[in-house]
Parts: sequence; C-alpha cells; structure tokens
Amino acid sequence: MVKTDYKNIWVYVEQKGGEIESVSLELCSEGRKLADSCGERLVAVVIGAQTDTACSSVEETGVDEIIYVKGDEYANYTTDPYVIAMTKLCEKYKPSAVLIGATSNGRDLAPRLAARLRTGSTADATEIIFNPETEDIDWTKPSFGGNLMATIVCNKTRPQIGTVRPATFKRAFPGKKSDLILTREDISVPSEEIRTRVLEFIKDEGDDGSKIEEADVVICVGAGLKSMDQISPFQELADLLGGMIGVTRPLVDKGFYTVKRQVGQSGKIIGPKLYIGFGISGAIQHTAGITSSEVIVAVNNNPNAKIFGCAHYAVVGDMFEVASALVEELKARRNGKS
Amino acid sequence: MSDDKFDVIVVGGGIAGTVASYLLAKEGLSVVLVERGNFCGSKNMTGGRLYAYSLEEVMPGFANEAPVERKVFKERISLLTMDQSVTLDVRSPKFAESGNDSYVVLRSSFDRWLGEKAESEGAMIVAGYRVDDLIVRDDKVCGIISNGEEMDADVVVLADGVNSLLAEKLGMKKPLRPEHVAVGVKEVIQLTRGEIDERFGLSGDEGCAWSFFGANTDGIQGGGFLYTNKDSISIGLTCNLQKLSEGSKPLMQLMNDFQSHPVVAPLVKGGNLIEYSAHLEPEAGAKMIPQLYGNGVLVIGDAAGLTLNLGHKVRGMDLAVISAQCAAQAILEAKSREDFTASSLRKYKDLLDVSSAIQNIEARDKYLEFMENPLLYNAYPLMIVDMLARLFVVKGGRAQTIFDDILKNIEALGKNQIENDFKAVKKL
Amino acid sequence: MNMKIMVCVKQVPDTEMIKVDPVTGSLIREGVPSIINPFDLNALEAALQLRGEYGGNVAAVCMGPPQAEEALRDCLAMGADSAVLISDRVFKDSDTLATSYVLSLAARQFGPFDLILCGKHSLDGETGQVGPQIAEFLGWNQVTYVSKMTRTEEGFVIDREMEGGIEKVMTRTPIVCTVTKTHYEPRKATMKGKLMAKKAHVETVDSKTLNGLDTGRIGLVGSPTSVAKSFVPPDGEPGTVIEEPTAVESAAKLIKLLTKAEAI
Repeated sequence: MVKTDYKNIWVYVEQKGGEIESVSLELCSEGRKLADSCGERLVAVVIGAQTDTACSSVEETGVDEIIYVKGDEYANYTTDPYVIAMTKLCEKYKPSAVLIGATSNGRDLAPRLAARLRTGSTADATEIIFNPETEDIDWTKPSFGGNLMATIVCNKTRPQIGTVRPATFKRAFPGKKSDLILTREDISVPSEEIRTRVLEFIKDEGDDGSKIEEADVVICVGAGLKSMDQISPFQELADLLGGMIGVTRPLVDKGFYTVKRQVGQSGKIIGPKLYIGFGISGAIQHTAGITSSEVIVAVNNNPNAKIFGCAHYAVVGDMFEVASALVEELKARRNGKS
Repeated sequence: MSDDKFDVIVVGGGIAGTVASYLLAKEGLSVVLVERGNFCGSKNMTGGRLYAYSLEEVMPGFANEAPVERKVFKERISLLTMDQSVTLDVRSPKFAESGNDSYVVLRSSFDRWLGEKAESEGAMIVAGYRVDDLIVRDDKVCGIISNGEEMDADVVVLADGVNSLLAEKLGMKKPLRPEHVAVGVKEVIQLTRGEIDERFGLSGDEGCAWSFFGANTDGIQGGGFLYTNKDSISIGLTCNLQKLSEGSKPLMQLMNDFQSHPVVAPLVKGGNLIEYSAHLEPEAGAKMIPQLYGNGVLVIGDAAGLTLNLGHKVRGMDLAVISAQCAAQAILEAKSREDFTASSLRKYKDLLDVSSAIQNIEARDKYLEFMENPLLYNAYPLMIVDMLARLFVVKGGRAQTIFDDILKNIEALGKNQIENDFKAVKKL
Repeated sequence: MNMKIMVCVKQVPDTEMIKVDPVTGSLIREGVPSIINPFDLNALEAALQLRGEYGGNVAAVCMGPPQAEEALRDCLAMGADSAVLISDRVFKDSDTLATSYVLSLAARQFGPFDLILCGKHSLDGETGQVGPQIAEFLGWNQVTYVSKMTRTEEGFVIDREMEGGIEKVMTRTPIVCTVTKTHYEPRKATMKGKLMAKKAHVETVDSKTLNGLDTGRIGLVGSPTSVAKSFVPPDGEPGTVIEEPTAVESAAKLIKLLTKAEAI
C-alpha cells in the first residue's frame, strides 16, 4: 500500500430521516481544521433512505464535497449495508482518514469497516491532530477510566479510521462553499446480504427526548445529596438557567436518576456552555466527562476539592446554601429587570 | 474423598486457620479453608509482632522464606505523661537467638503467604465467601452454609476471629462484653527505609518493638505500641472498651494525642497514612475462653480467646499457632478413629491445657486483676516520670534526695494504696 | 437446540486502583490487582443464561499472559464448561485488529460456535472494537451494545442499548454480540464451583499450536495501529476562587462574574 495514494479527510455523517447526529456536524468543523492543516479536501459522506435534508445541513459546515448514497436498504442503520457501502466508497476514492462519531452505531461501523479494509481504527478519540512530521493523524483517546491519555497512530495503512467522542468539538456553520461538489454514488445491497432487521425503537421511559449531552446548562449534583427531598434548590436553579440536572454515579446507584443523567467517563460526556457542579469531589471518572464545558463552576465546602483543579470558578461553601442563594439572587435580578 | 464432603472445613484464613489447614492437608486430609476476604489476610490490614517459637515448630526456618518485615533486635518501653517521658531501650543479641526471635509482620502479606503454604500442601482455599451459618444435624456440626450453599465436612474448625458469631450461634461462646474486650486502633504509616533506620537506630533487617504506657491512654487501662516494618511503621493503641466508653475522650482523639506526644511525633513525622483499622481483642484471659470443642466442631485462635496482652508483650499470633497445632493433632486422631464427636475432639482441649498457651493465659488472670488498677495508667507513670525528671534538674535551694522525693510521692498517693498494690505485684 | 457459545474474556488492571507515574506517564502496575474485564463477565453471564434456557455449552477464551489462566479459572468457577488460554510472547503489542484475528482463529479451532459474546468494551483500552472485528474475520453478523437476547423460532430478537432508547433487532446465528451490563449482572461463583475450577483443565495454545496462524498479522508488526505515547491528562489552570463570608455573598459574586463572562 502506498500511503500517498490516499487523500482527503472524510466525515461519515450519521443521520436518520434527515436528522443529523450532532457529533457528525462537530466532526465536519473539526475535520475542516484537519483538512486545512494537511492541505487536503474535506468530504462528507451521507448514507440513508433520504439524504436531501442531511446534505443541505452539511453544506453549511463548509465541506468541499459531499458524497451521498441513497437507498431503502439504508433506512435504518444496520451493519451489513453500511459497511458494504463505506467499503466500496473507500476503495474507490481512497480517503486518507475517515472520521466517525462515537455513537453506538458509529462504534459498530468503524471497527468492522477497518477490519474489512485491513486498516487501523482508533476508538473514542478526544483529540485529532495532523502530525506534519509523520504525515499521520495523532488520535488521542482516554484509557484506563480516564486515568491515562493514549495517542494512537495508524502509520502503516490507509485510510486511518477513528471514532470521535460526541460533544468534544464545537459545531460551526461558516456557510456553503461556492465550489461544493455533490456526488451521488449508487450502491445497492441485495436484501439477502443484510442479516439484521430493525424491528422497532423503544424510547426510554420518562425520556422527553432532551439529552443532557445537548443541554446548554448542566447543574451537576454529587453524593452530598442524601435524598430526593433535597433536590429542589438545584432543580430550581436548573429551571432558572434553562438547564438540566446531571448527577454523579452514586446518585444513579441510589436510584435517584437514571444513567442517562450520569455525567462522566462511564456516563455521558458533556460540553455545555455552563456547568455548575455541587458537592462534587472531582474524581477523574467524573471530570473526564466535563472538560469540554465552556465555563466550569464548582461548589464544594472542601477548599482542597480536586474538582477545583479544573474549575474556572471555585466556590468554597455548602452546596445547599450556595444553591439556594443562587436561586434567590437570580430571582431577585430577574424581578428587578422585569 | 467424595466431591460433596470434606474431612475438614476451616472457617477463617488468619494465622490459626491457615496453619491448621496446612497441618491437616500435609497429613493428607481433604481441607477446605473458607475466607471472607479476597485472599487470606485481606481483611487483616495491619501488622504486629510474631514470636517465632511456635511457628518455627510447624515450619522450621519459615522466617527465611516468609514475607516478614523485620526481625526484632530492639525493645523499648516508654512511660508517658502529657509532656514528659521515660524510655527503656533494650538491645540484646538474645532477641535474635533461635527460639527467642520475634518478627514484625504485616498480616495482609504474611497470612497470604501462610495460605499459599497451606495450598501447596493440598488445602483448598475458597476466598470471598462469608460463612453465614453452620449445618447442625442431630446436635452435630456437619458443615457450613454460605450464601445459601451448603458444604459438608466431618469437622468444622472455627478460626473466624475474636467476634466469632458462629461459635456464638452454637452457644459455645457468650457474646462479647465491653469489659472483656479491648478495642484497638492501628495505623500503618509509610516512611522510607532510611528514615526508619535513622529514627529508630536500626540497620539492615533489624526491627524495633516499642510499647507505651501512661498518658497516651488518658488514664484508661491499655497501652500503645509501635512496630517497625520495612518501609512503614505500625502504630496503635488498645484500650479497654468499657473503660473507654466511661472516659471522656474518643479513641480517635487518643490516637491523635498519642501521635502528637513529643516522644512519638518525631517518629511519625512526614509519614503517609496508608492503612487504618480498628478491631477488638479479647482481654479477659481464661474467663473469655469459650467451650473449645463440640460434636464436629473446634474453636481456635482469637475465636478461642487465645490472646495475651501483657502490655509490653502482646501475644496472639504465637498462641494461634499453638491452638492450630493442638486442633490439627486432635482432628488427625479423631480421623483415625472416624469419631468426630465431642468426646473424641476433647483431645484438643487436653492438648491445649498442657500447652504453654493455656498456662500462660491462666497465669495472666491474676495479673489481669492487677492490671485493672487505674493508678497504673495515670498516677504511677506520672510519679515515676516526675521523679526521674527531677533527678536531672539542678536549681538553687536545698537539694532533695531521691529518697525524699519517693516519700513525698507516696504520701501524695496514700500509703495504704501503694502497700496494697505492692502486695499485688508480689503475688504475681 | 443446543448452542455452542464462546465468550471472550480479557484480564485488565483494576482501574479503580490504578495509579499513573506523573513523571513518565506510564502506569504503575505494581500492586494493582488484575481483574476480569467487568463487561466480559456480563457476556459470560449472558452465555450462562442462554445455556441455562436452551442447553449447550460455554467456552471461555482469553488471549493474554500465562497469569490470565487465573481469569479463566474464575470463568470456570462461574460455570463455563471449558477454557482456552491463548498465550505467547509474539502476541505482545497486538492491536484490536491483530487480537481479533487471533481470537477468530481460536473460534475456528475450538468451535464451531453459534454465538460469540464479548463485553461491550474493555476497561483498559475502552475501544469496543474486538467483537466487530472477530465477526469480520469470521464473516459473521454482529450486534453491538446488546442488553438482552431472546431466542425465537427464526433466530434471536436482540435489544441494543442506544442513545435515548432500545433498538430491537432480529437476526440469525452465527452472531458476535457485545454485551452491556443492564440485564446480565454476573452471578457469584459457588464455593463448589470455585473448588471444581481449581482442578479443571485449561487448554493452552501458543503461536505454534494455533491453527493457521500467519505471524505477519500479529504483534506490533501485524498491527496497523500502535500507541505513539501515553500521558497523564494535564491539570487545568487554577480558576477564580470565590470564598465570601456567607453563601449569599458568594452567590452574588458568582453571578456577577458569570454575567460578566456572558455565561448566563
């Protein structure tokens, strides 16, 4: 294999019925930087039963080219048709890298595609940088529960495949390129080659569809919360700021919240505009999940709490008192204004 | 051996349990040792001193192979008041002679090693299982129950520690009473090897054992101890539980005060606390010894109340070994008769009675009453330390003789009291 | 119908106990106990439950150093019928692709299997790639993030644990599944199981006895990816400390600062 035969950064755009996974847009914006730094083109690949809406959203991210594959066999993600389509595209166009969002389906697709192409795949990267010396991508990912970061390279084969953790990068919409190329590829997969059939999707109970990963403000509460009777100041604060409540693992273990609200390495990785953590000590397991937040506020009565190491604002004080005081202060300000 | 029934099940992987398993497996019996922690010793986080003589008999030369921390070359005893102290420092080659030797051990690694020795003789260790109950049929113990699972054996050996609930359930042992137990706190504090050698005047594998009396227990019956490990020290306090609850300071407070005492503070300075544990130890001598045998069951080690805290000598591990030896021998004889009834297993008590273990404990009973005297923990240390301190003070005015000083102190305490106490000492 | 199930297990350092040398950035392995990757135990539990319902047998397979035999004995204690250890120095530094290749060869050699179950990912590498890549090398179908498997006349109905809900899919054997914790909390081995496992036979294969092995596809040479470096995540710059005499004053100050920073 001649590495230089492979050119261009690809982003696999995960979508269903025109609704694009947020991470795919994040990758288009980060992929732009990557493509610019290695002087290659940025290509989005859209696969689905319907692709028109997705393509027009992706255009706005400033990609150079969109390749799309349309067909009923792609209505739901299943491994076989998607791997077949991606393999054919990779063999034809020889991209140097394929970026895939680290969603459940993204992490289903990437390793299988890599194995079929006999190339390397990195899982769940949080940093992707083009290394001009080696001309490879340095994929950095957390390992050992966030205790250690590892930089992985795929230096012998192409394409370099990797999944990237959602909420790690920001979306950007600089606008459609005037010379954008839109290419349709027809790849049909006979139904006997599709071994999985999707029967239905059952939304989580009590899930109003809002995802903590997508909330602008997250009020995170730690094990200091002894019972749900104590939640009101935090919930009120979240409501006032238009945010959601997140929790650490002990509160999930106690059954106060489902795992959908668990923030951290083994729960949800979040990157809100504002994170406020109450009574959270700052175990790496948790902090690994919040570092992409724009503003991190930590409230803890222990001035040496570990979380203060990664907080922009470290409030030393009782979590309940500070939360109630914040609620009162915000209410007073809003009443003053109205 | 059938897959469903074993010759012996030993409950508890401390020193008594592992040694008993070792001896029995060595003689070809099928032995299962059930340990609550993830490995033998895992629930035994701290350390102490092992007098070697009894284990030496079971495993000659064990100290060359076992993970012992240091060999004790130096004994120290300190009497403390709040801000004064008297320390006796004894260094003797006698301590190192075979038969007299003693070792500082960290139990988590030492017991684990003993467990491995037992396994190498064919004992099977199942770790991570708590024995909830015993199977009793027709008034005979026939096996154990853990998490609903039953396992049968001819003999069950209870080596499950001072608070043996299993022996209690069988009615062999009365529940612990606060006045009969001491509560101990131990900390393991990490220091470098060099720091330890320097602070205690040691070199190589030499170790120091140190006991403390007086102000460190706030006048409560008990004492402090310190042992040097390779690169850490084990330090702690034991106090009578009853007296402690009557006292004004909680144990943690005493421990903090102890470690800030001018004698102790420089020893622990800059060290890193790596382990902490609190536990109970029997303190009431022969009174505490439960019924030691029953149909299909024996009680050994701490569970059998076999510990001896004389203040300057804290014994338990060596006695645990002796009880394991006696139990193993009794079980082997019972096995040869295929008779595991109480009358057959009684041999264990007979052997124990003539052993040094029981004799020592019985002798201690007299000592115990004496040890209950509260003056031992406040007034006497204060008096002795005071007198010795004054011995070295030179100032103006008429010099006092030591004799004057003693008389003054005796008067202060009350002559009768001292006479009585002196008689008590003579009786020992 | 009886099912033959292979469960892939990996021995990993207990990440709860792990420490990293802040200077060299390497893991301090000393004193860190090895455990079976917890998700692999979920996979084993799923296998044991399927065997319990439908009959069959379960083989635990592990690629790792000789000490990993202990992990396999734990699997036997939990109820696995057989155990295979694939151990050879030449496997060292294998990435997920090379590892999957080796495990796929083992699946052929010790099979045929109907099902291969893996944990959803390992605690150390956290990639979750080995399951799908074994499936690729065997040409089997794969289902990832499986929270529940129910057998039907036509095959399996499988719940996949996805973002925001459960996706129900249907497929036929042979399949490779990667299993989550939700419905497969591992059972505790019985004491008798443990005793039996101590004496049980663990089949061991090395690079010579693993049938069809192409040594060019294993180890560092056979791995398309490698670890260029590892490091401890850096601490951030210390932020602004707010410690006013009362909570009310601290709250007022925080809101002032956040407003100024346009965070609220």
